[in-house]
Amino acid sequence: MAILDALALLGRTFLKFLEATGRLALFVGRALSRAWRPPFYFRAVGQQMIDIGYYSLPIVGLTAIFAGMVLALQSNIGLARFEAESQIPEIIAFSITRELGPVLAGLMVAGRIGASMAAEIGTMRVTEQIDALVTLATDPFKYLVFPRLLAGIVTLPLLVLVADVIGIFGGFVVSVQSFEFNPANFISKVWDYLVIDDVIDGMVKSSVFGFIVTLMGCYQGFYSRGGAEGVGRATTNAVVTASILILVADYFLSALMFN
Amino acid sequence: MTSAPPKIQIRNLHKAFGSNRVLQGLDLDIEVGESVVIIGGSGTGKSVLLKCILGLLTPDQGSIKVDGVEVVRMKENEREELLRQFGMLFQGGALFDSLRVWENVAFGLIQAHGMARKEAKKVALEKLASVGLDARVAELNPAELSGGMKKRVGLARAIAGSPNIIFFDEPTTGLDPIMGSIIDRLIVHCVKELQVTALSITHDMASARRIADRMAMLYEGKIIWDGPVADIDKADNPYVDQFIRGKAEGPIKMQVRQP
Ligand SMILES: Nc1ncnc2c1ncn2[C@@H]1O[C@H](COP(=O)(O)OP(=O)(O)OP(=O)(O)O)[C@@H](O)[C@H]1O
Ligand SMILES: [Mg+2]
Repeated sequence: MAILDALALLGRTFLKFLEATGRLALFVGRALSRAWRPPFYFRAVGQQMIDIGYYSLPIVGLTAIFAGMVLALQSNIGLARFEAESQIPEIIAFSITRELGPVLAGLMVAGRIGASMAAEIGTMRVTEQIDALVTLATDPFKYLVFPRLLAGIVTLPLLVLVADVIGIFGGFVVSVQSFEFNPANFISKVWDYLVIDDVIDGMVKSSVFGFIVTLMGCYQGFYSRGGAEGVGRATTNAVVTASILILVADYFLSALMFN
Repeated sequence: MTSAPPKIQIRNLHKAFGSNRVLQGLDLDIEVGESVVIIGGSGTGKSVLLKCILGLLTPDQGSIKVDGVEVVRMKENEREELLRQFGMLFQGGALFDSLRVWENVAFGLIQAHGMARKEAKKVALEKLASVGLDARVAELNPAELSGGMKKRVGLARAIAGSPNIIFFDEPTTGLDPIMGSIIDRLIVHCVKELQVTALSITHDMASARRIADRMAMLYEGKIIWDGPVADIDKADNPYVDQFIRGKAEGPIKMQVRQP
């Protein structure tokens, strides 16, 4: 009996998962398919870009600079074992642009933007503001969802570009201060080594992360139910699912890009 | 037999939420230019009925025709067209709290009717004045309004787009008696002067008598009585009689424990 129960539970969970995936796919399909018919909400896109990009600069910059600094410390220890300390600039440039910049920015934005989008749209749902939009002949997918998705896809790569610069600068400061690197030497090594493909791969990744974060924020908010508690749940779910999906997508994208 | 079809014709409408069967075969006709008020106990499904007509909820069964055209499961873009001639006041107001008061009222004009912002603001201020709100209030955010003020802004928003059919979910709840009669007069003005068809919900019998041409009582998922407002006192129906006199004793049993 216990085995049957366990199997039933497994089946139910699997069905729930399929249902959620289907609903999510439908959600994305609606948001994208309706976006190409006018009216277009340029104002909303601009507003979201400022919110996602500009207002995330402080926290993303702060995480990036410390990530770069830690990276310098750790690489120094690691590379010393092979007497390869001179490679620190390369390691920093490579790790930040390909991996740490996009992932850290993605996770920070998931916490900041994913949460606030889920809370905002969730509140609009439970206070019938989304219903009101519909009765005013305005498609919520066009007015609320698509501008957010577009802003996420476009803005996160730009944010990551800034994070890359700040992260490498963090590594630079520690290397020069603590390991007596020659500043000019450090910069020229980064410059020589840095491949434009690394930066572009990182930006493509972050574009996907931007999509994941905004999608989770909108989706969880859009289907939230049951007052303030439901909105709270939607917010948590948005951050958790976005963070997990970012790391999963990161693996597959990296595997794809190295081939 | 008149040739024009009723403005709204509802037949055998069913809607359940899980095991909670809210509408159970509801029939209702509303003629062009008529003001119908629906009365009925709290939780009997009056708001659900409005949402079914607007397409915010999909009925499980039954037909809703507007101007002779079936609207249940209507295509997305056709519904958008239909909604352009509707105006809806939500029970909770459902004001967009990211927009200022006048932007709320002008929303449909700008988004659905493509009016220029400046012109739409002028119309919005006029509509706000007609519900007793001045230009100072127009610049506030919905969060800064009292409950009754929110209701009036919702009303102004509902009538701003010069709709053919207006739906009012408790238009005078939360208003003082004087403002209540002013709003009643506004509704009567819309119906009589502008030839609008109105479907309202109210618990306020005095208000109902002022705005209704006809009243319909909803009980256990069906319209159990409807007729001209003058007949309601003579209605030979114990349910109606108990309801309009607000008697605790009678065939309608409220689910409360006696102290
Ligand atoms: N979205 C929903 N999901 C589940 N149940 C719902 C939903 N909306 C309404 N109901 C249920 O439908 C029933 C009727 O609700 P409705 O809001 O239509 O009542 P009402 O007649 O408008 O009452 P009131 O006069 O208090 O506003 C209630 O039992 C409510 O619990
Ligand atoms: Mg109601």
